[in-house]
Amino acid sequence: MMKRTIPMLLAMAAGIVMILAYFFPPLTPLQDKTTVWFNILAAVAFILGGGNLLKVHLKKVSDRREGWAYSMITLAAFVGVLAIGLFKIGVNPLDEFPDQRMAGDFRAEGSGFWYVYEYVFAPLTATIFSMLAFYVASAAFRAFRAKNLEAILLLGTAFVILLGRTAAGVFLTDFLPEEGMLANFRLENLTVWIMNNPVTAGNRAIMIGIALGTASVSLKILLGVDRSYLGGGD
Amino acid sequence: MNHATRRGNATFGVLLVLIGVSIAILNAVAFHPGAGTQWTKRTEHVHTLEDGSDVRWTEHEAVSVKEGREMAALQQDAAPLLSRTAGLWGAAILTLCIFSFLLGDNPLYKAAEAIVVGASAAYWMVIGFWETIVPNLFAGLFPDWTRANFMPKLSAEASVDFLLLIPLALSVLLLLRLAPKIGWISRWPTAFIIGVFCGLRFISSLEADFLSQIGPTIKPLIVMGENGFDLESSFSNIVLVLGTLVCLVYFFFSVEHKGAVGKVARSGIWMLMITFGAAFGYTVMGRIALLAGRFEFLFDDWLWLIDPKDAHPAQVFLQTIAPMLT
Repeated sequence: MMKRTIPMLLAMAAGIVMILAYFFPPLTPLQDKTTVWFNILAAVAFILGGGNLLKVHLKKVSDRREGWAYSMITLAAFVGVLAIGLFKIGVNPLDEFPDQRMAGDFRAEGSGFWYVYEYVFAPLTATIFSMLAFYVASAAFRAFRAKNLEAILLLGTAFVILLGRTAAGVFLTDFLPEEGMLANFRLENLTVWIMNNPVTAGNRAIMIGIALGTASVSLKILLGVDRSYLGGGD
Repeated sequence: MNHATRRGNATFGVLLVLIGVSIAILNAVAFHPGAGTQWTKRTEHVHTLEDGSDVRWTEHEAVSVKEGREMAALQQDAAPLLSRTAGLWGAAILTLCIFSFLLGDNPLYKAAEAIVVGASAAYWMVIGFWETIVPNLFAGLFPDWTRANFMPKLSAEASVDFLLLIPLALSVLLLLRLAPKIGWISRWPTAFIIGVFCGLRFISSLEADFLSQIGPTIKPLIVMGENGFDLESSFSNIVLVLGTLVCLVYFFFSVEHKGAVGKVARSGIWMLMITFGAAFGYTVMGRIALLAGRFEFLFDDWLWLIDPKDAHPAQVFLQTIAPMLT
């Protein structure tokens, strides 16, 4: 009862309120309140994530498991950034309220949290994502050998799009006229046509599929048919 | 890959970072004096409080090296700032640590990766706390305390909203997930989150993703323009409409993909391959743009070897190389 029925009823009630509010506008204030509660819980979920990270890495350090030194670094970075952000280290007060240091903007230029974003978070994440440029190229070389029609279509489209969005594409098909039927085969125009027609068609079908899937899964959860989110056990 | 090769790669990775930093130091001392320096314009703030005491702080606004030097020459308050210069050097070293992975896994990459994990988790926690929990939960439950400490602009008429005790209670229950014996109770807030999300997505996916996708797909297959039959528009519409339909047939698994249905579904695969090819092309372009951004950071902001934004005076590298290229 406590472990399965109540949470299921809670999910049903919350979801049905959100759906009914769409059809019955007087319920909109209730929907707004529920959305605020949802946002609060989503923010608390980040705290839960942080707590879990602490738990896992502290255990690894205390057990001296392989790589525990890196766990120490993770913990130091976590605690350091958390302290800088929560205590608003380096934040200047607002001009209108000079006696309230904690009222200042924690993301303002020059604040400790700004330093963390500007010199740690942004460069590290951008570099990690940029490295995919190397790996995606080597993966493409191995995976996209033009051995059948599907692979040819995939490879050909990627090639046209890559060329068409750069100066090289314009340069390569510069000999074609700028107007008339042949102008459609200039790489920059071909790219636009591909994006507007076959790619839009594919994306639309995918979007429609996702929408139907989302709606059916939502209904299954709200009607109590799918209870997998409650996990195992009684 | 055997142990010796892995160790060799790790050594190369560490060497890359060390060599990079050594070259940068040499460059900043000998070739481009001051490379990597961050300049700021300072503004002093002084406020006298009701009790007669003064509150002072300095605000720093980033300016380019060129602007900073011009301001300094005009006796304006601009100068290099050590903390930001150190920050930029730190960012550059961390960037090299991540790039060192290209030569193989190594301790410096792992250390940088550990920093990303820890800093990211704390970063999003802090954002969630100040942008959601304080204004939505604290301001509703303890308005006077929140106004006095964090949100002085909060309306003085704001009253206590006791209904917020519900999300507060659910939040506490959610955090109990960390306690193994009573962790099951976190199912209640989890169920609430899932229920709200399902309700929101049920409506929005049908409205935004389903209905709004069907409308623009219903187009005439034969388009008549001012000069009669418009071949280009007709062909484009046929590709769009039939393309969507054949892809949908491919996604329809209630009928076995055999015979005519199989052939249509196969053409759906072709359409999807074109879509994935375009997505792949854009992904590659996006990553290359990011990579270019990182190289610009290293060679422009840090080493001053290039100067596309005309932000600092040193362009010796380009001035030397350009005549060779032409």
